[in-house]
Amino acid sequence: MSNLAIETVGLTYNFGTQTVVKNLSLQVPKGSIYGFLGPNGAGKTTTIKILLNLLKSPSDQVFIFGRDINTNRIASLKRMGALVEQPAIYGHLSGKENLVNRCLLLGIKKNKVAEMLSLVGLTDAANKKAGKYSLGMKQRLGIALALVSDPELLLLDEPTNGLDPNGIIEIRNLMIELATKHQKTILVSSHLLAEIERTATHVGIINKGELLFQGTINELHDLSKPTVKVEVDDIEKTIALLGPTEILQQKGSTVTIPFQSREDMANLNTLLVQNGIKVYTIGTERKDLENLFLDITSKN
Amino acid sequence: MRSLLVSLTSEFYKSRKTLAFWSAILLPLVICILMSWGFISQETKLANDPAQVLWFRYISAILGVMGVLLLPVLVIYNTYAITNMEYKGDTWKSLFSLPLSKFSVYTSKYIYIVFLTFITMFLFAIFIIGSGHMIELIKPTLEFGDYNPNTIIVKFFGKLFLSSLGIISIQFLMNLMWNDFLKPFGIGFLLTIMGIITANVGWKYVDYLPYAYPNLTVTKIMTSKGDITKMIVFDQGIYNSMICAAVVFILGYFIVAKKTIK
Repeated sequence: MSNLAIETVGLTYNFGTQTVVKNLSLQVPKGSIYGFLGPNGAGKTTTIKILLNLLKSPSDQVFIFGRDINTNRIASLKRMGALVEQPAIYGHLSGKENLVNRCLLLGIKKNKVAEMLSLVGLTDAANKKAGKYSLGMKQRLGIALALVSDPELLLLDEPTNGLDPNGIIEIRNLMIELATKHQKTILVSSHLLAEIERTATHVGIINKGELLFQGTINELHDLSKPTVKVEVDDIEKTIALLGPTEILQQKGSTVTIPFQSREDMANLNTLLVQNGIKVYTIGTERKDLENLFLDITSKN
Repeated sequence: MRSLLVSLTSEFYKSRKTLAFWSAILLPLVICILMSWGFISQETKLANDPAQVLWFRYISAILGVMGVLLLPVLVIYNTYAITNMEYKGDTWKSLFSLPLSKFSVYTSKYIYIVFLTFITMFLFAIFIIGSGHMIELIKPTLEFGDYNPNTIIVKFFGKLFLSSLGIISIQFLMNLMWNDFLKPFGIGFLLTIMGIITANVGWKYVDYLPYAYPNLTVTKIMTSKGDITKMIVFDQGIYNSMICAAVVFILGYFIVAKKTIK
């Protein structure tokens, strides 16, 4: 029995002559919050549409809970809920009516509607026409529509788009709660790493249709090797003293070298001071994920 | 079957507050009210007509207005409104990502548009019968009650409904292909005008132009002069309309099944 909620095997997808997804092998473990990261136009939405069978993939390349989506479309979709791009809502119906309509289609009891409206904070605007909702309210309604069937797997395409900081925090907490308390698997796409960093357990980074990194959030952190940054009064003398040590960067009176151990860092400090060099600051630094993300996506 | 039924229920739920739904109900009501008012104001001219002639005059006046132009335009508008609901809210993608068969989603929309047209025709029949008797109540000299028009009304409006099926399929397909108002509406309107002209001049291939069928039906009803024995519901035009509806419906499904939701 596969432990993966989503698996794609060498998935390639073309729009005409343009390849939008290239040899993509996603592996989303059950119960994870999988941050699907990439700049705009990287192929995130196309991939999500393929996972929903909105775009037809070749057979035996996309598996949802271990079953090929093409041959098990309805059975797979029964276990999924999705918010793709901007929320798909009927503007002439109220928020409540949009949810009632979804309940009708999915054969769900209508008493679930009030629960969903309260979950996404739309109870007060339940009877207002959805077309008159703000972007943030539409986004919340879209999330409620995705959640109403209580799916095991949620695909959320940039769910915090248009939300204010409070709304972003609420959605973030909701995702964590759904994964931890209700054992849901969530694939959430974003172009903002900071957004994903706070919620995701696993990360996939895509650019120009290619998966450049896939692993746990800790594995992503490990990619960023720590360095030692020293600020001194005499940079030439410092460089001469460091000798064959690899200098990663030298900027003004600051020099950056690879971090070996805390002992080595203390020895370096002693060496500089004993040679009459004034050490203003010395400390370890780790490249933040934002820069790491830029590094990874600039590779292809 | 379950997914077809829930999709149909959803179509009704979504459209119940739209102009398409209400125009299907209000159009027969408004036309019948206006026509009754016309009859009441012409009482002196019509008072000597026998009941059968009165009914035929009354029905043919409504059919003339409805069948020639209003029915095709209503069908064109309804198909646009029902499909446009999904384009407007960008909801095709959510509809096709639900655990429902694509065939159910497609068929339910089509059946719902056919159902709206049927409702219009059905209400025409009901309102004509009701308003005819109402006229007699207001103006007793117009003796509508001496003749039972139920059979001819059912035949006339049944035939008119069947003659619109081909147009429904073609308009439905065009609306699925284009997220646009002008293309399906413009082409549909142009073909309707062409249908009117070709039917009136008796073009020899008119039986192959679905947009001419309602007009042909009205012409046949008028020439029957209310004689039911002369009225054949299932003639070549109606068969062609039904064949066209079935062929375009099946063709449309293959287009929808391959439709890329970008």
